[in-house]
Amino acid sequence: METKVSSLKKEVIIGDTQPTVIIGERINPAGKKKLAEALKAGDLEIVRSEALAQVQAGADILDVNVGTFGVDEVALLPRAVQAVMDTVDVPLCIDSNNPAALEAAIKIYKGKPLVNSVTGEERSLKRVLPLVKEYKAAVVGLVQDDEGIPKDAQRRVSIAHKIVERAEAAGIPREDVVIDCLAFAVGADTNSGLAVLEAIQRIKAELGVNMTLGASNISFGLPDRELLNNAFAAMVIAAGITCLITDAAKVRPAIIAADLVLGRDKHARRYIEAYRQRQRQQIVE
Amino acid sequence: MAKDLVKTLADLKEQEVMEIVKSRLSAGDDPLKILEDARKGMEIVGKRFASSEYFIPDLVYSGEILRAVTELVKPKLSKTTESKKLGKVVFGTVAGDIHDIGKDIVVFMLDVNGFEVYDLGVDVPVQKFVEKIKETGAPIVGLSGFLTLAFDSMKQTIEAMKAAGVRDKVKVMIGGGQISEEVRKYTGADAYGKDAMAGVALAKQWAGVK
Ligand code: B12
Repeated sequence: METKVSSLKKEVIIGDTQPTVIIGERINPAGKKKLAEALKAGDLEIVRSEALAQVQAGADILDVNVGTFGVDEVALLPRAVQAVMDTVDVPLCIDSNNPAALEAAIKIYKGKPLVNSVTGEERSLKRVLPLVKEYKAAVVGLVQDDEGIPKDAQRRVSIAHKIVERAEAAGIPREDVVIDCLAFAVGADTNSGLAVLEAIQRIKAELGVNMTLGASNISFGLPDRELLNNAFAAMVIAAGITCLITDAAKVRPAIIAADLVLGRDKHARRYIEAYRQRQRQQIVE
Repeated sequence: MAKDLVKTLADLKEQEVMEIVKSRLSAGDDPLKILEDARKGMEIVGKRFASSEYFIPDLVYSGEILRAVTELVKPKLSKTTESKKLGKVVFGTVAGDIHDIGKDIVVFMLDVNGFEVYDLGVDVPVQKFVEKIKETGAPIVGLSGFLTLAFDSMKQTIEAMKAAGVRDKVKVMIGGGQISEEVRKYTGADAYGKDAMAGVALAKQWAGVK
């Protein structure tokens, strides 16, 4: 199954015969004081520089989220999306839990965006799916519902079913739904990684949809985060994830290595090219 | 003298902690003193966490040890303090938020200070708060939340109390990592507390005890 998203100039295909797509996570004020302060002041300079840096680091799509206390997202999200479109030419993932902000940003977006996100909550399904349909966008479906955030694999799978069914009923083709199985910190619950892996395998088998994951959450609150992030990235890709929301600069080498092992990098072109690029950088430095 | 409970808990040595607590209890030590030591141990855990010596699994583990200690001590507590319940409190972490370490400490402190606490857990739907308030008639409500997103959940929870006609019958306090006066105003709560002791002080003030 192929999910296509685009900007004015570029199309990116998410699918299990393609290399894993990297969605750059860094335009998001959660846990970033400087960015949060700048956004409150309406200053988009960091947004632009993060956009450029992430694309240079190999991000295929950029997530844009400006949600923080004291920011009017409905006004700011479209401005941030515009600023990123003016700076780089990759497709965007428009990210907010405020549907009005999503709508305002989708309206000015040029191309087919990935909308982040709809959940299995009644309120969200009713409000976000019509938007996705109207603007012919693709959408990330987060597996949480009115009963809350799932802990086990079973609830993740059944919420995924619900989201896909409701999207199809609203006239959105299945390939335009990308399920996010919600990874949580293994530091808080050491069984949570296992539940996510099981859910990914089952959703792939039962629904066949593309899947994404905010993959840096897993190491939240632990030392040596990169080590865990890299191990986890490889495991979830093997389980069936086809695009990852992550820090491109840090996790891309591990993703490319995993793709090679999984037969998605013929003659190891990407793996070797990434190696050469690192070598060149070392010489420059 | 047995090993120091404060230090042993701070070092997360679960088995030793349980042994110390058991031996102190059977020696007839005051349960309140034991809990006070446990609280001090948790304070050190918090400091080590803040200075990056400890990580989240350490924090979570300390919470589990604290819970186990409370379970051991509680049965003795109600006998000595002859269940002097100061009043009912409905408490929980609001919808969309699953942080419970801070909440558990506040619940623990309210409990050992004589309040009857109905802990609804985490990611608590708005209606569940309203139902519990109606069911128990509790005059005090505590909302915990650590995410920015929790501010909206708090606001919605308080609005739902209004809609259900119970807002005037309760005092609402909020707390959690980033809660401030600005947030209190936004959510429409009566007060906010920086830590567990502040929560206890508020509850006592509202219950009319010194
Ligand atoms: C531990 C932790 C987690 C653990 C929680 C484990 C658990 N079982 O609770 C885990 C790993 C699961 C976690 C998950 C997430 N977390 Co977190 N987490 C933290 C962390 C590191 C510590 C919070 C904590 O428990 N502190 C210990 C307590 C004891 O300290 P305390 O606040 O001083 O507690 C006192 C007061 O708060 C007060 N109090 C608390 N409640 C109440 C209530 C009342 C009424 C009163 C009076 C007082 C009161 O009394 C307490 C005791 O004295 C904070 C960062 C930080 N350093 O604060 C981030 C933090 C809160 N998390 C954050 C985020 C973003 C997340 C995630 C979204 C991460 C992710 N990308 O997945 C998820 C959210 C999941 C969800 N839906 O809730 C952000 C929030 C940012 C924001 N603006 O929204 C923070 C600030 C980290 C950051 N800088 O990015 N997290």
